[in-house]
Amino acid sequence: MLNFSRWAVFAIILPLAIGVLCAIPSFLPDATVAQLPRFMQTRVNLGLDLSGGSHLLLEASTQDVAKQRLTNMEEQVRTELRRGDPRIAIGDISGRDGKLSFMVRDPAQVDAAVERIRPLTQGAGLTGQRDFNVEVVNSSTIVITPTDAGIKNAIKSAMEVSTEVIRRRIDEMGTREPTIQQQGDNRIVVQVPGLQDPKALKALLGQTAKLEFKLVDTTANPSEVAQGRAPVGSEVLPYVNNPSGVPFIAVKRQVMVSGEDLTDATQGYDQSNQAIVNIRFNSSGGRKFGQVTSQNVNRPFAIILDGKVLSAPNINEPILGGSAQVSGSFTVESANQLAIALRSGKLPVNFVVVEERTVGPGLGADSIRAGLIASVVAVVAVAVFMFVSYGRFGMYANLAVAINVAVILGVMGILGATLTLPGIAGFVLTIGTAVDANVLIYERIREERRRGRNVVAAIEHGYKEASRTIFEANVTHAIAGGIMLALGSGPVKGFAIVLLIGIATSVFTAVTFTRMVVANWVRRTRPTDIHI
Amino acid sequence: MKLLKLVPDNTNIGFVAVRKWAFALTALLTVLAVGATAHKGLNLGVDFVGGLMIEAKFPQAVDTDKVRSTIGTLGVGESSLQQFGDANTVQIRLPLPEQGGAGAANAVVEKTRLAMVAQFPGVTFSRYDTVSGKVSGELIQNGVLAVVLAILGIAVFSWFRYEWQFGVSTFVAIVHDVLMTLGFFAVTQLEFDLNIIAAVLTIVGYSINDKMVIDDRIRENMRKYRKMDMKSLIDLSVNETLPRTVMTSVTILLALGALLLLGGHVLRGFTAAMMLGIIVGTYSSVYVSSSLLISLGLTPQTSEKKAAKKGDYAGTAERVGPRETGRDDGAKP
Repeated sequence: MLNFSRWAVFAIILPLAIGVLCAIPSFLPDATVAQLPRFMQTRVNLGLDLSGGSHLLLEASTQDVAKQRLTNMEEQVRTELRRGDPRIAIGDISGRDGKLSFMVRDPAQVDAAVERIRPLTQGAGLTGQRDFNVEVVNSSTIVITPTDAGIKNAIKSAMEVSTEVIRRRIDEMGTREPTIQQQGDNRIVVQVPGLQDPKALKALLGQTAKLEFKLVDTTANPSEVAQGRAPVGSEVLPYVNNPSGVPFIAVKRQVMVSGEDLTDATQGYDQSNQAIVNIRFNSSGGRKFGQVTSQNVNRPFAIILDGKVLSAPNINEPILGGSAQVSGSFTVESANQLAIALRSGKLPVNFVVVEERTVGPGLGADSIRAGLIASVVAVVAVAVFMFVSYGRFGMYANLAVAINVAVILGVMGILGATLTLPGIAGFVLTIGTAVDANVLIYERIREERRRGRNVVAAIEHGYKEASRTIFEANVTHAIAGGIMLALGSGPVKGFAIVLLIGIATSVFTAVTFTRMVVANWVRRTRPTDIHI
Repeated sequence: MKLLKLVPDNTNIGFVAVRKWAFALTALLTVLAVGATAHKGLNLGVDFVGGLMIEAKFPQAVDTDKVRSTIGTLGVGESSLQQFGDANTVQIRLPLPEQGGAGAANAVVEKTRLAMVAQFPGVTFSRYDTVSGKVSGELIQNGVLAVVLAILGIAVFSWFRYEWQFGVSTFVAIVHDVLMTLGFFAVTQLEFDLNIIAAVLTIVGYSINDKMVIDDRIRENMRKYRKMDMKSLIDLSVNETLPRTVMTSVTILLALGALLLLGGHVLRGFTAAMMLGIIVGTYSSVYVSSSLLISLGLTPQTSEKKAAKKGDYAGTAERVGPRETGRDDGAKP
């Protein structure tokens, strides 16, 4: 038991050495770490509460996705039946209760209509379920119901696209190392270290950035528009900056050109030095824009962002060449934000911020300093106490704790784990509990000595009996840690990570490592009595 | 050099004899803690009730009434203020605007910032949190679930590992520890936030650790001294492990004490909770959970049966003298 083979010594020292080595980069300056080979860049990430920065939890309004899909479906059905051959007349189109229903005017064409609509629905999921169910009610009404699997699929893909769009937008802002992750079904976590004022970020993420150009319906009666009524084929949209004073305007439903046809957007200035956004269309967008503007010279068109009219300039001449200006009482900042949002594409769904945490860099730095000082004092206090209580053996335990601290940092570096403020508390607590294992062993050795066992037998026994207890106590502790990791959010998780790593490494350093050191000492000096 | 021994050798305190008193005291304290929690309520942080929390740092000591009146004129709802350790830092809590979502919360922060800067030049917001009602509901749900699952998980573990009596006594003792911690927060009105959930879970973990060590010794002694009556056996086990119990508690309190005094104000509530939990947990290990085993009717025979049935290695444990062939002690590399 006290004999450690060469291999065993090697197997104990090697992982500890690796752990300690991996902890070193965390203490080196950035530039030095960058020069190290990739596998040596094992640094502990600092959580936002230590580095300062912003944490945002965004939630997608999933009803929007369902609604949007239904609207798209309606559009497709209209196009398919009215424009297709033979033309099928439909009426009474309604989209209530999340279903789309319409009547086929000629009962003889119902079957043909169903035939034509079916291909519009697609498979969803693995079960062969379709994303929409099509059924005939009352022999002439067709009802199209989105299936759960279909909605789920749509939300999933909307979230994937959104995560990507949000990533592009934040990258464009030039912030360093943002974390963007999907959480649950409909949430996205955005963490930007070092960001002090998340106002701009939130403004950027709050825009869906759905840009559309539509013709203004000049035939609409202004008083009806003010009441929200528009002629057939048109709709009333909010227009805050309307020079006429009415905050609404009627525009044609049909989209001239949309943001999808954009290739670039930049912030610029117009002749009167107002901030604007210059946009460039791709070739098909440019062609469409040119065509519509040539046909509608001297009529106004509306520039619509996220369902709100930004401005409604007059078409003075055909706009050919595929570029245009978006004006609408921007500041330089807001124009720049819109340009970024347009460049990164539109969000398929609306997001609201449901949780926000911002920590100034000053507080973060204070916390690190306080945490470091507290940790050092804690280590010194515990070390002195252990030495006073157990003498030489106390020093062995202290050595184990010192190695343990480094190994925890190293493991966190390898895993890319994040150290948070509660994580520092976890650290300090781990220092306390790590010596518990040694206390258990040493108290057991004292007991065995009192019972009259000789030195070697007492040490052997102390380690053996205490190890079982230590193992059991740590398993239960790990249960608590595991639950924290699984259910906790933010700070609780940060604490649990340090705790779990600490439990695993402390058993190794406090039991196995000290046993090796003690065994080595006993073998060399062959003490007849020990001072413990 | 003479080594420090917090607990003298051969200490023999009759813990079991005073168990009726201990149970009565424990029950009384628990009732008081629950009463305090029900009566005064917990000072729940924005994590759990939703809202807006701003921590403002002033260049010099500041009068909270003046801050309150400044915010009062803004029409952003009723503010509640709390001062941290130093007089320069004030925590301001505001309700989240009911309408307008994220933009509105932003506007409130901006409005407050402008008014504060005008009134107190040099003030900075060192951090602010906004949590919507929906998220805070989930956080509270997860927090409670985590604590309940941890207690149940651990109780079930010690039930399977030992006897049902161990599971029950551990469960009772830990519920007591958690309730005492809640009572502490109700009485002191320290803010109860997400970090405190982590603290409570740690207390649960630590307390269990402590009880496991004693339970393990009781089990060992039950096999070693089959003829001994349960009362003396438990007293023996608790006394044998007492040096370790005290040593470990003192060590951890030392480490936490450093954190409490030097770790900065953000962690203060967290550390205070943990220190209290260590003390309460140690008390319940020594006085409550082991004595409870007797009241639950644990006898040496139950252990024998179980060991025989499961073919547990423990059943073959040594009784006298050292053995050379060791079993796997879970510590070999």
